[in-house]
Amino acid sequence: MRFKILALFAAAALIAGCETAPDETAASGGSGGAQATVSAQPSAAAATAQRVGPAPGSKEDFVVNVGDRVFFGFDKFDVTADAQAVLKKQAAWLQKYPNVGIIVQGHCDERGTREYNLALGERRANAVKDYLSALGIARTRVRTISFGKERPVALGHDEAAWAQNRRGVTTLAAD
Amino acid sequence: MMFNRQSIWFVRGMAAAFMVCAATVARADLRVDITRGTVEAMPIAVTDFVGRTEAEAQFGRDVSSVISADLERTGLFRPLDSKAFIQDAAAVNVMPRFGDWRVINAQALINGKAEMIGDGRLKMEFRLWDVFAEQQMIGRAYTTVPGNWRRVAHIIADEIYKRITGEAGYFDTQIVYISENGPPNRRVKRLAIMDQDGANHQFLTEGNELVLTPRFSPSRREITFLSYYQRIPRVYIFNLDTGRQEILGDFPGMTFAPRFSPDGKKVIMSMAEDGNSDIYTMNMGTHVRKRLTKHSAIDTSPSYSPDGKRVVFNSDRGGSQQIYVMDSDGRGVKRISYGKGRYATPVWSPRGDLIAFTKMRGGRFFIGVMGKDGSGERLLTEAFLVEAPTWAPNGRVLMFFREDPSGADKKGTRSRLYSIDLTGDNEREVVTPLDASDPAWSPLIP
Repeated sequence: MRFKILALFAAAALIAGCETAPDETAASGGSGGAQATVSAQPSAAAATAQRVGPAPGSKEDFVVNVGDRVFFGFDKFDVTADAQAVLKKQAAWLQKYPNVGIIVQGHCDERGTREYNLALGERRANAVKDYLSALGIARTRVRTISFGKERPVALGHDEAAWAQNRRGVTTLAAD
Repeated sequence: MMFNRQSIWFVRGMAAAFMVCAATVARADLRVDITRGTVEAMPIAVTDFVGRTEAEAQFGRDVSSVISADLERTGLFRPLDSKAFIQDAAAVNVMPRFGDWRVINAQALINGKAEMIGDGRLKMEFRLWDVFAEQQMIGRAYTTVPGNWRRVAHIIADEIYKRITGEAGYFDTQIVYISENGPPNRRVKRLAIMDQDGANHQFLTEGNELVLTPRFSPSRREITFLSYYQRIPRVYIFNLDTGRQEILGDFPGMTFAPRFSPDGKKVIMSMAEDGNSDIYTMNMGTHVRKRLTKHSAIDTSPSYSPDGKRVVFNSDRGGSQQIYVMDSDGRGVKRISYGKGRYATPVWSPRGDLIAFTKMRGGRFFIGVMGKDGSGERLLTEAFLVEAPTWAPNGRVLMFFREDPSGADKKGTRSRLYSIDLTGDNEREVVTPLDASDPAWSPLIP
């Protein structure tokens, strides 16, 4: 494996780009209710005072407060420092909600051939899985799927779009 | 499908005698050399096949127009406008007046007739004439159910192509491909099949799941492809006779990039395990699975040589995507692509002599061919994105797909099929109802 787990102390503060990540509409389709809240919400009364954001433990909580995706270089699948920071937050969140299973999607930009990109997407998804596993997330909680170049999230045919599309996206599994 | 095929003998005594005489005139055979680039298209006259009844005549006209269109699309023939014809089709059927055809510079003449015979079947016969040698080059008759008229027309066009070029034709073939519509991030993809000329188009799947990379079996009754049925990407077999699809084997990881072996007994493909893709075969009869590569790099897009002894594939084991060959047992892996850029999607020619590929270099995509040892690389076409060449069964024409930015903001994608000659000439769109990708050309039925 070329993938190396880098030192865990290198917790980068910067996770730019993740907060504004586009919604994963197409790729998170599946059967209805697949992305439903997986843990009990706090009672409405207790929450009214301050909370206007997503319910803790929900899909929205994960996407907004943790960050559901990491990005890769062209034809690369190594977990960058930025990506490590996101995955550490993901791992911490997953430790907090130990009953949640996840599916990691691997995606590529359109500047490769279809079959190679399916293989590359698989490598990216597994690079994320391996990193989360090294942070203590049981491998049995993590499934992977590659979409190759089939599900771009950013439209357009330029580097800005391609950079958004070379990604690993962590989605919460249904039940 | 069954056909009665017979040569037409010289049934008209006088004419026959005349033709035998004419044949003794020393002259080079009428011939198109398709191995040369930019060949001047041969002017050819395709007369309407005649019939005694209006129904027969309609079959006759339809058959002629399919033959004419097949020949025209090759870029090697230029069917002449029938308005210029001097001799009428009925008279041609008795005996061509060659002078009339020389005047309009037709080098070859095709005529024929359609006839409903006693048992409700349709008999079609044709003749191909060398106008300048005043000689029949070939004549054949076919009997079939009337619904098969189009296929017979393609078979006749194949005979004509073969007689004039010396190469097998490719008109009696089908294309399986992926039909696409919708925006790039919510693309709906369906398995679709059509005749080589776009006729008899049919969708095989509904678009409920993502499907990719269909390829024909040698019998062309089955298609192997990748389906994300239930969001689990695996190789499937679609049976065209039953309409059924079945998963191929029980693999622990994603299976993809499938192709049949030349004997149709095996499927060769990639399987990804713990993120790493290697090449496997699966015997369809015994369900025995065999691993051919074991490497930490990506190994994918395998394609057999026509004799089944070698496999060409795509790997990044050298640091970037390149083309490799190996024996069909996985031994003797050798890199064959050494040009600048990344190489992908190698496909062995049905003739065995060449390997077609996709190349990426300097932000552009190319379709090219190289010798089976990697020598003599030639690039045939380039664009923003071209990918996935597939061979016509005679190994002289390639089909591939091309994507171009589309829409007012250029953020959309238009994806279409194209064909191109091995010479790099005669690039043409293969018209499909919607967007299209991943074409696979069927073999000819022997």
